[in-house]
Amino acid sequence: MKLKMTTLALGAALAAGPAMAELVFPSLSYRTGPYAANGIPFADGYADYFTLLNERDGGIGGEPIRMIECETGYNTEKGVECYESTKGEGALVYQPLSTGITYQLIPKATADGIPVHSMGYGRTSAKDGSVFKNIFNYPTNYWDGASVAIKHLLDLNGGSLEGKKIALVYHNSAYGKEPIRTLEELGKKHGFELSLLPVDHPGQEQKSQWLQIRREKPDNVIMYGWGVMNQVAVQEAANIRYPMDQFIGIWWSGSENDVRPAGDKANGYKALTFHNVGDDFPVFDDIQKYVVDTGKAAGAGDQIGTALYNRGLYAAMLAAEAAKTAQGIHDTKALTPAQMRDGMEALEITEAKMADLGLPNFGPEFTVSCENHGGNGYGAVAQWDAAADSWSLITDYIQSDQDVLAPLITEDAQAFAAESGIEPSC
Amino acid sequence: MPEQLAFTIEVFLNGLMAGVLYALVALGFVLIYKASGIFNYAQGVMALFAALTLAGIIDGQVPFSHLINAILGTDIHHFGWHVPAFLAILLTMVVMIALAYAVQRLVFRHLVGQEPIILFMATIGLAYFLEGVGDLMWGSDIKSMDVGLPQGLNTWIDDTTFNAFGYGFFIDNLDIVASIIAALLVIGLVMFAQYTKQGRAMRAVADDHQAALSVGVSLNFIWILVWSLAGFVALVAGIMWGTKSGVQFSLSLIALKALPVLMLGGFTSIPGAIVGGLIIGVGEKLFEFLIGAPFLGGATENWFAYMLALIFLVFRPQGLFGEKIIERV
Amino acid sequence: MFYREAGDFSASYEEDSQTFPIKFDRYRYYLVLFIAIAVIPFVINDYWVNSLFLPFLIYAIAAIGLNILVGYCGQVSLGTGGFMAVGAYACYKFMTAFPDVSMLVHVLLSGLVTAGVGVLFGLPSLRIKGFYLAVATLAAQFFLVWLFNRVPWFYNYSASGQISAPERTFFGIEITGPNTQAWATYLFCLMFVLFSAYVARNLTRGSVGRKWMAIRDMDIAAEIIGVNPLRAKLTAFAVSSFFIGISGALFFAVYLGAVEVGEAFGIQKSFLVLFMIIIGGLGSIFGSFAGAAFLVLLPVALKIVGVDWFGWPTDIVAHLQLVIVGGLIIIFLIAEPHGLAQLWRVAKEKLRLWPFPH
Repeated sequence: MKLKMTTLALGAALAAGPAMAELVFPSLSYRTGPYAANGIPFADGYADYFTLLNERDGGIGGEPIRMIECETGYNTEKGVECYESTKGEGALVYQPLSTGITYQLIPKATADGIPVHSMGYGRTSAKDGSVFKNIFNYPTNYWDGASVAIKHLLDLNGGSLEGKKIALVYHNSAYGKEPIRTLEELGKKHGFELSLLPVDHPGQEQKSQWLQIRREKPDNVIMYGWGVMNQVAVQEAANIRYPMDQFIGIWWSGSENDVRPAGDKANGYKALTFHNVGDDFPVFDDIQKYVVDTGKAAGAGDQIGTALYNRGLYAAMLAAEAAKTAQGIHDTKALTPAQMRDGMEALEITEAKMADLGLPNFGPEFTVSCENHGGNGYGAVAQWDAAADSWSLITDYIQSDQDVLAPLITEDAQAFAAESGIEPSC
Repeated sequence: MPEQLAFTIEVFLNGLMAGVLYALVALGFVLIYKASGIFNYAQGVMALFAALTLAGIIDGQVPFSHLINAILGTDIHHFGWHVPAFLAILLTMVVMIALAYAVQRLVFRHLVGQEPIILFMATIGLAYFLEGVGDLMWGSDIKSMDVGLPQGLNTWIDDTTFNAFGYGFFIDNLDIVASIIAALLVIGLVMFAQYTKQGRAMRAVADDHQAALSVGVSLNFIWILVWSLAGFVALVAGIMWGTKSGVQFSLSLIALKALPVLMLGGFTSIPGAIVGGLIIGVGEKLFEFLIGAPFLGGATENWFAYMLALIFLVFRPQGLFGEKIIERV
Repeated sequence: MFYREAGDFSASYEEDSQTFPIKFDRYRYYLVLFIAIAVIPFVINDYWVNSLFLPFLIYAIAAIGLNILVGYCGQVSLGTGGFMAVGAYACYKFMTAFPDVSMLVHVLLSGLVTAGVGVLFGLPSLRIKGFYLAVATLAAQFFLVWLFNRVPWFYNYSASGQISAPERTFFGIEITGPNTQAWATYLFCLMFVLFSAYVARNLTRGSVGRKWMAIRDMDIAAEIIGVNPLRAKLTAFAVSSFFIGISGALFFAVYLGAVEVGEAFGIQKSFLVLFMIIIGGLGSIFGSFAGAAFLVLLPVALKIVGVDWFGWPTDIVAHLQLVIVGGLIIIFLIAEPHGLAQLWRVAKEKLRLWPFPH
């Protein structure tokens, strides 16, 4: 990455800049710290897509994009500092890529009127847009993920999980605990026995948990991990000779970093995803031409096409499409955060739109509305091929069990509304 | 053999193995504390730095590549060669010795005679500094450590115990290798301390700096020697842990695992580090198996290790093998 | 030239034993107070408050607390993160259980709860000393974090395990929740900082403080001359945990608004506060402020210089932050091992004579 070391004027830094007609997208990234390995590809994908739009299309609707990157190191206090320093610049949407920082920003961003897009992470009940006006988590969330995994297992087991044993290996934090309630409900519905195995941060030592799995021999293991916990888990599973194709991770446990260290033994490991994998899409040709060849690729340029890079790309694409929708609704080129929020609430992603953008079948189709900020709960299962060193989708987009999930989401959202004194309205 | 008993023995054996890995990290602390009274907070970061350097050399990475690319606008990342593991380890040792020399010369020579807490703070500054330099040199993405160590279920043990007891024990190959290496390391260190001239000089310095100076021992040299040894131990620990979980930031957190071991075994004893490690490893794994997982919801290992060490300390405040604390009024 | 001490004499015992006996020092102190109370609230904005002042004030309270334990009483403790968590969770339970009671009461009560917990975890200090005690307090740290993660009662059975501070007002002005004004939260925290510093300074100047310092210097000799080590050590733990609990409650309720115990109150927090007091100067109230300022403001300043002014890539700046902070710590320690407070004391002594050399 070429970079000029320029000295900006003193005042431009902190004071709100003059109203330049620009669309500002802050990127709260973490290229350092314990989760750097996963934060770097996502931040690269996010940045590259906006660079592409600027280079190829001149921005969104002719309005150039300014992406401000701020390093959070996955630390909540730095996340707050990044938020405070960028919100005055006309930031349109925040994607913190951290459940902790998202929880921080939910009340603050709502009070400041800036939308937050916590795509596939964050507070699951934010799907209920009548309570969480400024928070969006389309196209899917953690509870959907747990349900999609169970549905996949139902498919593999001929429609019945009666009497089966499923173990959940989870990061002992708010993030890891998300699916427990859902899996317990699904366990009651489908008759499988759930065992819970928490792993303490950072997850470098999982010997006890995997010895227990070796003793109990569950039929399947579902994992909600992040960072080094993922690869240690995959390695330990390989060590105890657990069949990899019975091991399914959530989408945050499905990156190349998690499986490459175990080498061939990780072959067959499955992970959920809510977007497509690989770089066999027309948009990547454009990225090669307009971003990589002109030397504007973010980071070291070596993450293109990886699972998390695609996720960052997808997040940027959704933000850009929401901005286009907002420009259409309000008939303006320059946007305010409130208009961006309206655009996000009216967003509609169809297969035709995605194909137009050079991303055919890259994600599920969904529509956002005031009541539903979280998409329709579609996810797919990808499998790792160690020899080919790549992921590939092995299922279509499966929908989660809305009968079980809808009441849980409403309950949690109403509890939040009661605690915070919010009147649900749509 | 009843199943529960077989499980318990398996957990016990794995606890011993885990304890050895903890002890490996604790050894570095003990070496430096013994010789200079410094509690080296940077030991975990030294292990990370050593592992990063080793992985970088093996891969033929260009050091400071990110910084060079940013300043000069170039796009170089790798030299293109691939260094064999043994040579890479030797080169990394050279780097660690250079680091020991620099640390001694630039930092601790100026802080001779200061209180322990000031020296501790200096190692904290060193930890920050080394972490930043390590990231700048080699990048903060994850690297895999591959020096040819075996990993995975040991099939011989699995089959033999299955035939004997009806349940195949799981012992990881890497743990066996780590135990052997740790044993060799401890034997080597103890023999070095007992039988070589420099080792005796080291013990003299640990006892009394002034007296050692007066019989002609070069304090500077001994301290550089001790820091290099600690660097070597850090490298070994970094290789072991790095092979298990890849080389990245969390590697520096293994130092936290070593602290209960140090509490238990005493800060100043090399055999104490091993024995303490074994006790902590067995204690925490057995507790997790018998009480933590079934009754307390799991993930109890972290705090139980400290509780266990605390209980021991209440009865023996200097640790099992530590020097008796004599206070004169 | 600055210190005009001629004619500045004390006419009563009170004047003689005041904290700032020299007029210049006293006026300087009043000036700082004036700026802090009457000038800053009018000029700050959201960014300055949320990124610089609030963390500085809150960590200053925690540093004062830990300095009492480590600097004045000599008991090294690494349980600060866990105790801050106790303060935060106590505040959360009080806020949700008694929504009509004033925030002031909640914060003070959280401090008292934490003081109780601190005394409990301080019991090993009667038997264990030095670095061994530091590692023993880590048991408290890990256990408390595990406890708050594990027992759902602490986070009101919410599905995620995170606690969020509901909106509360103080004399009609909002100080928690998202709609606060910069000056309101600043003044609320400043109030607690002034209270803590005042109490701490006077405790450490009095007989209680002297007992603590006797224990720190030579506890066996102290016991011989009649200082009760049990009382002294446990009161040190109690007072220290009181302040740390207040800082934890403010950290959660006013500064962050939502915390997850593993990430916000982990071992890193304990080490951070310990570093602050060592860099700032053990056994000094000013040192707590100096250390907090150094470790809170310096990284933000470096980030602003590196990213906003020079436009360097964010990860290089983050790595450089570590390098520069580490390097500065080492340089400071070599130059002045007793911390920034000692540098300040020496500077003041020199200033008293300036421009004369001696």
